Amino acid sequence: MDVFLDPANRQAYLDGFLTILKLTGASALLALVLGMLLAACRVSPVPVLRALGAGWVHLFRNTPLTLVILFCFFGLYSAVGVEFSEDIHINNYWLAVTGLSAYTAAFVCEAIRSGINTVPVGQAEAARALGLSFSQNLRLIILPQAMRSVVAPLGSILIALTKNATIAGVIGVAEASSAMKALIESNGDQTIAIFAVFALTFVALLVPVGYAFSALANRLVVRR
Amino acid sequence: MSHEPLIVLDAVNKWFGDLHVLRDVSLTVDRGEVVVVIGPSGSGKSTLCRAVNRLETINSGSIRFDGKDLPAEGRALAKLRSEVGMVFQSFNLFAHMSILDNVMLGPVKVRGESKAAARERALALLDRVGIASQADKLPVQLSGGQQQRAAIARALAMQPKAMLFDEPTSALDPEMVGEVLEVMTSLAKEGMTMIVVTHEMGFARAAADRVAFMADGQLVELAPPAEFFGNPKSERARDFLSKILQH
Repeated sequence: MDVFLDPANRQAYLDGFLTILKLTGASALLALVLGMLLAACRVSPVPVLRALGAGWVHLFRNTPLTLVILFCFFGLYSAVGVEFSEDIHINNYWLAVTGLSAYTAAFVCEAIRSGINTVPVGQAEAARALGLSFSQNLRLIILPQAMRSVVAPLGSILIALTKNATIAGVIGVAEASSAMKALIESNGDQTIAIFAVFALTFVALLVPVGYAFSALANRLVVRR
Repeated sequence: MSHEPLIVLDAVNKWFGDLHVLRDVSLTVDRGEVVVVIGPSGSGKSTLCRAVNRLETINSGSIRFDGKDLPAEGRALAKLRSEVGMVFQSFNLFAHMSILDNVMLGPVKVRGESKAAARERALALLDRVGIASQADKLPVQLSGGQQQRAAIARALAMQPKAMLFDEPTSALDPEMVGEVLEVMTSLAKEGMTMIVVTHEMGFARAAADRVAFMADGQLVELAPPAEFFGNPKSERARDFLSKILQH
């Protein structure tokens, strides 16, 4: 374990996980907002929006995340010229966030859509009968109830996202798995220990997330 | 203000696939009139009620409300719906909101009223239907009868020109039917225009100006309650009444 006695190595380990948290935080927020918009599209009365939502889900849910992230770098950045920052590290970070968000939003959308299906049709009818518009109905009546019924699955998606954030390493973002790889390469005699520390750190971070979302799901459940 | 009746249905037809649920139904409801729609299950009476605020679309014929054809969709339709109160069989209170918020939602979000004004009227309405003490509870915490009274208050909060009741007591335990009918009866007495789909014959006798009897999608008979119950003209109505009144 003396690999972690070296302050530089400890810093690499900490920076790696800090980057994972940053990637996860930004992507989770964007994916949640985008996922809600996509779910709204998928249940909207406008055929074009429905097709857009369905297309997004089919494309991103069925494409390997590695491909999506690589496309963000080679496609969005290199070929199309989308640049978030002159600083290559910051740029790669946001390219990774773009890919992670676009990919995760597809899963968020489907979770929310299944949540919408748990809201009795009478709720939307009563809202329409009061004179609420489609978007008011969605924002005030349907989504608040749908979101509460999908807290647990959203927790699973967040956990998956956190682990998926390691794929940002393929475009040079210095996240945890890249840090692990670097440490193993220069400390080949301690491979198992290094691996165990990184794996257990993920577990330690994510087990509470699972419990927290379960507790939240129980608290927020809409009783009928 | 138009002089034609508030609600005018003219030769309305509606199909669910091959099922012809409304057959050439024509009906007018004057301002302040209470029309109670009765008939066997599947006779189209709920569909008729729901067509008036376009929760069901119709295939042919026309429905006019307050002198205007029902708008097909969009803002105009939402505006029309805001002027027609609707009470459902299954209450349909918004499950994630308190009773008070349920009643305030329409005035605040649809009409843009201030929260203070909407709150004041909501509390007065809840008091009127006898559940002021339940204002801060969630729908699930109330009995069926209380929920339905809250739903009536929610509809009244929009100060509607007419109220539609779609079997408002059918999902209630028997001991709670009375408290809901009481509220409806007092509304009728105050001159609210109402279409009430119900199996409560006592309410029809007491509160209806006219009884509409439907069978197989047709409006078979339309008469004041004394005439309808005392001397039904059609065989269908006599048969229906003999079945429900012999117990």
